[in-house]
Amino acid sequence: MTATPPKPESWVQPCPIDRDGGLWVEPGGFHVDPVRPVPRAVITHGHSDHARPGHAHVLATPGTLAIMRARLGDQAGAALQPQPYGAAIRVGEVTVTFVPAGHVLGSAQVVLEWRGSRVVVSGDYKRRPDPTCAAFEPVPCDAFITEATFGLPVFRHPPAEAEIAKLLHSRDLFPDRCHVVGVYALGKCQRVIALLRQAGYDRPIWLHGALIPICELYREHGVDLGELRPATGAAKEEMRGEIVLSTPSAIQDKWSRRLPDPVVAYASGWMRVKQRAKQRGVELPLIISDHADWDELTQTLLDVGAPEVWVTHGREEALVHWAQGRGYAARPLHLVGFEDEDV
Amino acid sequence: MNRFAALIDALLFMPSRNGKIRLLTDYFATTPDPERGWALAAITGDLSFSAAKPAAVRALVMERVDPALFGWSYDFVGDLAETVALIWPERPGTNRPPPPLSEVVDELDRAKRAEVPRLIEGWLDALDGTGRWALLKLITGGLRIGVSARLAKTALAEWGAANGAGCDVDAIEELWHGLKPPYTELFAWLSGAADRPTVSDTGGFRPLMLAHPLEEEDIRALDPTSYRAEWKWDGIRVQVVARTLGESRLYSRTGDEIGRAFPDIVGRLSFDAVLDGELLVGVPGDGGMHEVRPFNDLQQRLNRKQVTAKMAKDFPAFVRLYDILFDGAEDLRGLSFDARRARLEDWHARVRPAGMDLSPMVPFATWEELADIRAGTRENAIEGLMLKRGDSPYTAGRPKGPWFKWKRGPLTVDCVLMYAQRGHGKRSSYYSDYTFGAWTAEPAAGGELVPVGKAYFGFTDEELAQIDRWVRNHTTNRFGPVREVSPGLVFEVAFDSVHRSTRHKSGVAMRFPRISRIRWDKPAHEADLLATIERMVVA
Repeated sequence: MTATPPKPESWVQPCPIDRDGGLWVEPGGFHVDPVRPVPRAVITHGHSDHARPGHAHVLATPGTLAIMRARLGDQAGAALQPQPYGAAIRVGEVTVTFVPAGHVLGSAQVVLEWRGSRVVVSGDYKRRPDPTCAAFEPVPCDAFITEATFGLPVFRHPPAEAEIAKLLHSRDLFPDRCHVVGVYALGKCQRVIALLRQAGYDRPIWLHGALIPICELYREHGVDLGELRPATGAAKEEMRGEIVLSTPSAIQDKWSRRLPDPVVAYASGWMRVKQRAKQRGVELPLIISDHADWDELTQTLLDVGAPEVWVTHGREEALVHWAQGRGYAARPLHLVGFEDEDV
Repeated sequence: MNRFAALIDALLFMPSRNGKIRLLTDYFATTPDPERGWALAAITGDLSFSAAKPAAVRALVMERVDPALFGWSYDFVGDLAETVALIWPERPGTNRPPPPLSEVVDELDRAKRAEVPRLIEGWLDALDGTGRWALLKLITGGLRIGVSARLAKTALAEWGAANGAGCDVDAIEELWHGLKPPYTELFAWLSGAADRPTVSDTGGFRPLMLAHPLEEEDIRALDPTSYRAEWKWDGIRVQVVARTLGESRLYSRTGDEIGRAFPDIVGRLSFDAVLDGELLVGVPGDGGMHEVRPFNDLQQRLNRKQVTAKMAKDFPAFVRLYDILFDGAEDLRGLSFDARRARLEDWHARVRPAGMDLSPMVPFATWEELADIRAGTRENAIEGLMLKRGDSPYTAGRPKGPWFKWKRGPLTVDCVLMYAQRGHGKRSSYYSDYTFGAWTAEPAAGGELVPVGKAYFGFTDEELAQIDRWVRNHTTNRFGPVREVSPGLVFEVAFDSVHRSTRHKSGVAMRFPRISRIRWDKPAHEADLLATIERMVVA
């Protein structure tokens, strides 16, 4: 005799901020990516809008926990429980398995199973190859909770290799200028470095101080980034013709005045919209994103084949509309606390 | 098309003027005719396609894209050409080569209106994203890439000079309206392969003669009997090119045609002459002279493509004449100012042109007397005085010596810095654009600051660094590139005049505000009241 599996919304629920945010998994007694400190948290990946400080108990991949320790120190959580990809563990009545999401080092989809019902929380993800992290694997399920950062059909990221070629070409054109590339500290930075190395660029790459700790962490996890040097404190003349990576906020702020006649580049999926890049004062937009573009989002819904699609943080309405048009039961979740950044 | 697309894409992101010129000269040097000429016409705004309308482009994309998805995308991107370029679903296996720009121009020109959508569709399928964006920008009008017609002509002139063509930008301006895209004979000249083209169309713009600012101490070195004085009116300088056979035109000082916005002037040009004057708003008064209204009224008429009858009635435009360059076919530019002035007065008395009057001369004997006259004028429509040597021919550009502008001393008030915005290009790491305010009442009596103007020059690089530091240390709020600061830094702001304005919360608008001094010493509560500025408004 088989009982009908429970409906996904009966046991996985989005939480408003006064119920600590994120997703509440009732029969497991834990939250996924909560906004406020909770007794038990399952964390998809190390970006600060997903991995927040102060939880009593944290379950995450070893990579994510290492990132949380590096960024949050003692605030990373009272008890940190690492769990590798692919291994199943019981939390309360729920079986939890991490599957690679392809977003950044350690990033995971959370596969939740309870009484024959399976819900997958994608976290943030992308489908393209990334030399710095494990590739996304689609998992068939009853309900798929997807991000939608680039959930509009105007977002189609070109191959990242072609964007890196643009950067190297610009460096050839302006050998006396320095190229400063705005990158997010976790993920984008290391991916851009790895892509440069793949393209055969073997000169030292200079880094804003805020980027160094996570690069060290990636190295400890076996990602080869070649020779890196701190840009802070270096002589201005030394950086002519060089590539410098910096946090996005510093590329046009006081920090950048130390650079010799910089070409301002910015690696982000938002650079796809020319007027956005222009408004930001970017001279060399590089369309490189760690999030799925429109084609990846829609392809993923087809691959996963979940009859229910819940859409969170980003441009939910367009992806919901697309999914409903193809017969999925789709709805927006309106989760709070996630940033609209291409992180 | 791909080369053109790469050019305008590079121009859009290039922050520096010299960098833009370099991109343009490289393009002219490496692109064949007629491709480069069509590109130039697209950039200068001399290309338009009447059959290709935004609505047609929108209809095309709706055939392929879900309208709801398109709507959300358009809301997000905010620009039709870019949205369509990005959202256009590429058809795998479309094997057409991307069309050259000249093919696009030729076929659009030849096609019947009903054929245009299929043509555009075929090109959109053959092009990549940037190519589609460039195509759609081109055919829907208005590239908006931060390159003015003047800058494109400057780049042409630099390229020509490098090829030994012996030209400058004024020479190109003078030819410009006699040439037609794709400007093959212009490129032949500028590449050094042919002589300067001769132009038969006489509707062309003649570059204006401009004046240097007069420094107070310079004036003693000048002989007052050699110079003539006239008022410098606060409007916009224009050139009227009137032809009884052929088209009449109204040009701004940079050679842009603005006649379409002033049908009340262009429609009344029933004579043959080229005139130099000031475009103003006002109605005829006693003795044929117009009563000039404030610059703000003229502003209502500027930057409009179309003008309604009500606009023209509420803000009637006229031209106050300074000079005559051609009387019929006779070129008067080689004559002295005195001789031209006599010709202008004769011509004006003979023709009695509607919607025009003569800028009166201001007689004087000594510089002291003229200084008193200048100081004594309170009329808002007057910016100051022009001094012109009586023997000066009309020479294009800004030669030093024959003409001076002697502006009225600026007005100044002490204002409080309220907001600072990041600059652009080299200044992008500095907060260099300042919005400043005045008190609505004494701060001790509950007065508040209200913004009265914005300025981004008048200080040295060193002062900029100091203000930047101050802004960062006194920020109370951030809005994207703008920081709100606590009231604490006082600027002495100089400006030419101040007007009533319904568009500003303070009710006043300054002309040419700039920072004249930074009053590090002055407490914010001692800055000026709004009422002080209001008293400077001259009705």
